[in-house]
Amino acid sequence: MTNSASDAVTSSNPASLPVVKGESLMQDAWRRLLQNRATMISLMILAIIVLLSYLGPLLISADVDEIYWDYMGVGPTLEESLWFGTDYNGRDLFVRTLYGGQISLSVALVATAVSLIIGVAYGAISGYVGGRTDNLMMRLVDILYSLPFMFLVILMMVVFGRSIFLIYIAIGAVEWLDMARIVRGQTLALKRREFVDAAHALGVSDKMIVIRHIIPNAIGPVIVYVTLTVPKVILLESFLSFLGLGVQEPMTSWGVLISEGTGNMESAPWMLIFPAAFLAVTLFCLNFIGDGLRDALDPKTR
Amino acid sequence: MFPYIIKRLLQSIPTLLIVITLSFFLMRLAPGGPFDGERKLPPEIEANLLAAYNMDQPLFMQFVDYLGGIAQGDFGPSFKYKDFSVSDLIWSGFPVSLELGMWAMLLAVILGVLIGCYAALHQNTRWDYLMMGGAMAGIAIPNFVMAPILTLVFGVYLSWLPVGGWNDGALSNKVLPILALALPQIAYIARMTRGSMIEVLGSHFIRTAKAKGLTATKVIQKHALKAALLPVVSYLGPATAGIITGSVVIEQIFGIPGIGRYFVQAALNRDYTLVMGTVVFYGGLIILFNLVVDIIYGLLDPQIRYEN
Repeated sequence: MTNSASDAVTSSNPASLPVVKGESLMQDAWRRLLQNRATMISLMILAIIVLLSYLGPLLISADVDEIYWDYMGVGPTLEESLWFGTDYNGRDLFVRTLYGGQISLSVALVATAVSLIIGVAYGAISGYVGGRTDNLMMRLVDILYSLPFMFLVILMMVVFGRSIFLIYIAIGAVEWLDMARIVRGQTLALKRREFVDAAHALGVSDKMIVIRHIIPNAIGPVIVYVTLTVPKVILLESFLSFLGLGVQEPMTSWGVLISEGTGNMESAPWMLIFPAAFLAVTLFCLNFIGDGLRDALDPKTR
Repeated sequence: MFPYIIKRLLQSIPTLLIVITLSFFLMRLAPGGPFDGERKLPPEIEANLLAAYNMDQPLFMQFVDYLGGIAQGDFGPSFKYKDFSVSDLIWSGFPVSLELGMWAMLLAVILGVLIGCYAALHQNTRWDYLMMGGAMAGIAIPNFVMAPILTLVFGVYLSWLPVGGWNDGALSNKVLPILALALPQIAYIARMTRGSMIEVLGSHFIRTAKAKGLTATKVIQKHALKAALLPVVSYLGPATAGIITGSVVIEQIFGIPGIGRYFVQAALNRDYTLVMGTVVFYGGLIILFNLVVDIIYGLLDPQIRYEN
């Protein structure tokens, strides 16, 4: 399309006009993203944190609960390469911070995926079916919206015991509401477009129209919202772990480490500072990436 | 307006019912009874305990009794704090939590709006970048990290303020918790105010106001501010929920005897009735506040007319 259009322009006016290359929305968004310095730096820092968390423990082949009997509660030191110091049980804080990162990041990934699946399916169905079903489904979302979800998650942790899978599911199950609203809005607009009519005319089933045509076209705002969900989810997990309701020993997460650090911050401030810094930097980066993606994908902010 | 308030009140009843039902049945799903200890109780004593806590009846009857109790403000006895009812505990912690929350909310709105307006009026200057950078930090750094850092700096290193405790609500004990509770909300409100203020300042009615010769101060005071504050008003609902949730950790960190602290202790001790009671109480509070915010919003925004 774009090629033939630019060909036509050049042939009618061969001397003056340069050949204009067409650019798809995604290419345009990508170019704008690359130009956003804060976002690119954030992406790089985040990549480093992710790589460190997952590859670091493998490379230095350290266990999460390995105990250095001669180094209990010492500050950052180069001896034995205990860069972040140890806690009062003599466990290497650097290694624990990395393992904690694995848990926090995996919760972020899985819980976000859970919320993505529920939210997209719910929103797309609600918007596509429309009418009374839509009304009912969205009213339910409204009601769920005003529930004190944090407390229901805590309630679930109390009732079913504290397992990592429950954290995945519980957090994912409470974070899908916004996603459902966004996808529904997109679907309402998309389902009146010609290509959906064309698909209907070709005899495509409703299910396939939603899966193949509606959802892929609603993906822009969904991506932006996902990047904003990830920091929320990480925060929620750390919050639970901080209160002692999340991940259990010997596994750890940033929230657990921060909670241990808070208890010892007067005598061993490094126990608080390092995990807190990792958590804060990660959240910072994710927020910047989310902002950058929104600017890049939303044509209105141009 | 009045029919709208009635309608909204009626709408909040099913929401509250869902909260109660969910928490009641979640708690009853819990594996193991509340009286399972290391030693097996003699059956007669266990039967007596179950009867005392009204747990010997069919589940549905228990639920109906619980609902009836809540309607009269009675959340049942606490499982772990003997001799106290859940309502006693909630009402003893509530004034403290309320005081903290109110101050935090007030601080968040005033500072947030001031910072947001300032940044909007000095858009793309150094001050704007500085303030919005600070706001970003306020959003990214969770309050359970911020609170220990504040304590470390002002309590331990500088020793200006006590590191914790309540001390019957002495002012110096309140400063840090209130600040820690308010900071993330200040950041959100500042960002939101800046965004909407910039949008409003670019709109036609502001151009008109300027064109008819009003001073810059008048334009902002009389025209821009009111329109720019609408999103902030609608954010007050989520802000309340945020402050209530935040108070749970903040009370824990600073050792403040509010509801949040009871809640965490109850959750860790599996004090079922207390956890349930607190969830229902908080749920009711959040629902009520959302209602109030919606009504205020309706009074402020002339574009919204409530009709049946």
